[in-house]
Amino acid sequence: MSLREVTLSTTPTAEAIADLRLGDIVYLDGLIYTAREGVYMRALEEKANIPMELPSESAANFHCSPAAVIREDGSFDLGAVTATSSFRFTKWLSEWMEKTGAKLIIGKGGMSSKDYKSYFVPNGAVFLSTVGYGTGALLGRGVENVEAVHWHEELGIAQAMWVIRARRMGPFIVASNLQGECLFERENAKIAENLDRVYEGTRPAVMKRYGETDDRSDEVIG
Amino acid sequence: MIPLSLIQSTAETLMDKAAIEIPQDYLDGLKAAAKTEDGDLSSFVLQAMLDNYEAAKEDRRAMCGDTGVPRWFVKLGNEARIEGGFIALEAALRRATANATTGVPLRPNRVHPLWRTDHNNNVGIGAPEIEYGFEPEGDWIDLITVHKGGLFGTDYRMLFPSDGIAGIKRFYLDSLVAFGKRGLACQPAIIGIGLGGSKDTCMVLGKRASVLRTVGSRNPDPKIAALEDEFKELGNSIGMGAMGFVGKNMVIDCNIEVGYCHTGGMQMSVHAFCLSSRRAVARLFPDGRVEHRTDPDWFTPYQRRETVDWKPQREAAE
Repeated sequence: MSLREVTLSTTPTAEAIADLRLGDIVYLDGLIYTAREGVYMRALEEKANIPMELPSESAANFHCSPAAVIREDGSFDLGAVTATSSFRFTKWLSEWMEKTGAKLIIGKGGMSSKDYKSYFVPNGAVFLSTVGYGTGALLGRGVENVEAVHWHEELGIAQAMWVIRARRMGPFIVASNLQGECLFERENAKIAENLDRVYEGTRPAVMKRYGETDDRSDEVIG
Repeated sequence: MIPLSLIQSTAETLMDKAAIEIPQDYLDGLKAAAKTEDGDLSSFVLQAMLDNYEAAKEDRRAMCGDTGVPRWFVKLGNEARIEGGFIALEAALRRATANATTGVPLRPNRVHPLWRTDHNNNVGIGAPEIEYGFEPEGDWIDLITVHKGGLFGTDYRMLFPSDGIAGIKRFYLDSLVAFGKRGLACQPAIIGIGLGGSKDTCMVLGKRASVLRTVGSRNPDPKIAALEDEFKELGNSIGMGAMGFVGKNMVIDCNIEVGYCHTGGMQMSVHAFCLSSRRAVARLFPDGRVEHRTDPDWFTPYQRRETVDWKPQREAAE
């Protein structure tokens, strides 16, 4: 297997990020926080104070809600950890990066190269994708400790800001680089070459739908 | 009479098993896929998934952090009697769902669609869904839980007889390609296709084809079975693999279920049961026996019957 494996801090240096290549396999050490629509809305739209020192404590934002429970004694039981689809958070991400200095956006599916070029690259950030989107148990093993759960009363367990200490947490795949290139778009382009052949012998539906595309290089996100 | 306490304790065990243990038929299918995969990224992903299933079982932790939306399918033999009746049964299944959410733990995924209220226990209006089926003989009940994940990979379209097989193939490919990009469908998956019925029943048929039939099962209609083989092959010839990377494995199996529809239409739905194909089954008997399995065995000849009367019953009446 030709894939390169990299261990990265969640407060990475600019050099470490610049060194990442599309398709590298990454394992993370350090603090990671979860933030998705609930946290973004509360911090950016309602202007609530973010209850962490960012980015000095962590520059790694995980689009995730863990399978977890807060016990009656206030302790946490965290089982599996899996990313949720990141493209839905495009709306808030640019402002979030400027405000918090996030350098590693960890999630599912990545963004478009347009997103990468317009606000990931200027903020020196890259996208790390979880693997298969279902390696929740492996990622759960990489959680050394749950340090805190912020805003769970306001946002619920799934939307709360979980702060977890990662020890060799992974695997993740590097899905964008500081040139703003997108791993998924690279793969899509390769696959698109074959699609006309696969579609031979099929026929478009006799009744059309509004907003439809027959261009199979198009994506459903964005 | 099947004791209520047995129903609830078995239901809690099933919730745990579904979240943690990958069913053997899907695991075998994924292992076979991993052997044929030669895309470097796709291969890495499949191997990571296989490692993940092991880690989940060893640690007794959910295999995926998105533990899906728990739901129940209850199959009853015609002579089955439940302590407390159906109201008690439904309460037991709702309680088991809530208890397992904190016990396993599962992610409390279920929220109000508008107010996003989260009871933190996967129970709410219409949640978990409880659906019923019946069999002509037996004093047992089958409890089947499915925790289907994924917001992507499922679609519906009203096709017409003139669309034919070529139109069905087009919509099938469109669904796989659109939701396969970036791996949104969490493939390779068991793909279920529903054909016919009405819009709602078509969705139900397709969903049940993906979540209630196992890898390697085939529709009893030999021509539909041939289509299932052909569609599996077709999906795997796209050139797309796990996570939408270049690869050969998109479809672990393709299951098709049909229902009689309006003479002018040909409804079609496509469903993808993700890499964490969470399902667990147990048969409960009045004497307290519980038999666990992973094949829901939902689509029996009785479920697919097409005559007015069910033959064995007619014979018994004669």
